[in-house]
Amino acid sequence: MKLILITFCALLLMQFSWLQQNKPLEQSISDGAEIYQDFCLQCHLDTGEGVSGVFPPLANSDYLLNNIDLSIKGIKYGLSGPIVVNDEEYDGVMANQGLDNEEIADVMNYILNSWGNKSNDIITIERIAQVTE
Amino acid sequence: MKKIFLLPLSVVIFYTTSCISQENPPVIETPDQSQYTTETIVEGIDIPWGMDFISENEILVTEKKGILYRVINGVKNEVSGLPEIYVRGQGGLLDIALHPDFKSNNIIYFTAAINVEGDEGGNTSLYKATLKGNSLEEVKLLYKALPNTKKGQHYGSRIVFDGQGHLFFGIGDRGNRDVNPQNLGIDGGKIYRLNLDGSIPVDNPFVNQEGAIAAVYSYGHRNPQGMTMHPKKGELWENEHGPKGGDEINIIEKGKNYGWPVITYGINYSGTPITDKRAMPNMEQPIYYWVPSIAPSGMAFSTSGVYKKWKGDLFVGSLKFKYLEHLILKRGKVVKREKILVDIGRLRNVKEGPDGYLYIGVDGKGILKVIKK
Ligand code: HEC
Repeated sequence: MKLILITFCALLLMQFSWLQQNKPLEQSISDGAEIYQDFCLQCHLDTGEGVSGVFPPLANSDYLLNNIDLSIKGIKYGLSGPIVVNDEEYDGVMANQGLDNEEIADVMNYILNSWGNKSNDIITIERIAQVTE
Repeated sequence: MKKIFLLPLSVVIFYTTSCISQENPPVIETPDQSQYTTETIVEGIDIPWGMDFISENEILVTEKKGILYRVINGVKNEVSGLPEIYVRGQGGLLDIALHPDFKSNNIIYFTAAINVEGDEGGNTSLYKATLKGNSLEEVKLLYKALPNTKKGQHYGSRIVFDGQGHLFFGIGDRGNRDVNPQNLGIDGGKIYRLNLDGSIPVDNPFVNQEGAIAAVYSYGHRNPQGMTMHPKKGELWENEHGPKGGDEINIIEKGKNYGWPVITYGINYSGTPITDKRAMPNMEQPIYYWVPSIAPSGMAFSTSGVYKKWKGDLFVGSLKFKYLEHLILKRGKVVKREKILVDIGRLRNVKEGPDGYLYIGVDGKGILKVIKK
């Protein structure tokens, strides 16, 4: 009986922390859309196309789709210096936007699944936490 | 019959296409760029948001992520004693300005996004402090906008003195355009006026209005990013970021409403309209608006004679298109616009130094001195 109770509690706890940590992908994407409006759109634009030579595109970006952890790092800590996105060189500054790990996971899920982008990776808060400077 | 029908149609088509594609005149010109060059004064600053000059060789520079530098002959010294800065979105350590009597009292003012309430989010604040060597002492919070919000946009600010014992600073709409700018009882979307000790001038426009914030001087602003006094007329000039299209230059007058978001020349970033109204009674018109938006940042008149033919002209940085804009004014109207220093980088700030030269803050670079050959 005790054992059942303990397992039950443990399951409940797991369920709870799962719910808290990682919401369903759809929810994460729609929360990410809001973060995007607030923190990214002014540069990368609402089509994700960016501005050629100034702000790199996120739509169909080979940099983003092939370097997910590097992209996370850029959003988490800021990104500057020369990079190449879809054969075009950029040498700008993207400041760290001050987002928390959950917000970064949400906005990553949003940009990885918008404007024709598709990704098999579901970005979790743990994955964001693992990316260090 | 056919002709009669086609003529108005083609007029309509011409009119709509020219509306969409047209730049608000005067169309910007690009003169021969070989006559301009720069000299790097301070290197290695990601976002040099604000600056002010102690002397020709000594500059205070803020870096948005929360560092204040005292730069002596190009060498950066970090100044200690800043409060904890709320760095999120466009917020962080913002503008800095020396007290008009800095030479005798060493007082400085700065604006920053902060949270001192302990809830979530942050909002713009104004501080006063005494600079002793490389540290700040007697750091005093003079104004803190409320409520705090996790929104990333539109903190303002720019600090300007009128020479009559007042200081002005701006706070943007903080991403809540439908609530803040038109409500005199809530911070954001306003220009504020204080006495130099932080107290509220008794003749501020809304001191006697119940529910209004007494520090407010004007309202209906979106995001002021440049502000300066007109050197001759003593007027307060401001520029602000509009939405897509509709950045503005305004002359700020006491108690006036500048209209955001009820009237604007801009549209949403997504292309949908915000309003079809561009003018309304009791709302001020800009003296110039930019379509397309250049994201104006910083604002200075050239008052010295060090540059041939630039005396009295206005200079505004373009964050978006990475150049310095030179605006020539006649009878309060912009009659000519020029690109200076094409592709110099995201231009954050422009000020006239004590030597009469223009100095610019450029993202990813630092502070550069503008030289005309
Ligand atoms: C102030 C403008 C600005 C803002 C705001 C901004 N970025 Fe960026 N972003 C840039 C620039 C500039 C670069 C390229 C930096 C370089 O050249 O090293 C970049 C690069 C990137 C890259 C990698 C290159 C690519 O195109 O795939 C990603 C991913 C990215 N940004 C995502 C975001 C997200 C998500 C946000 C919002 C949380 C955001 N950015 C906000 C300007 C900005």
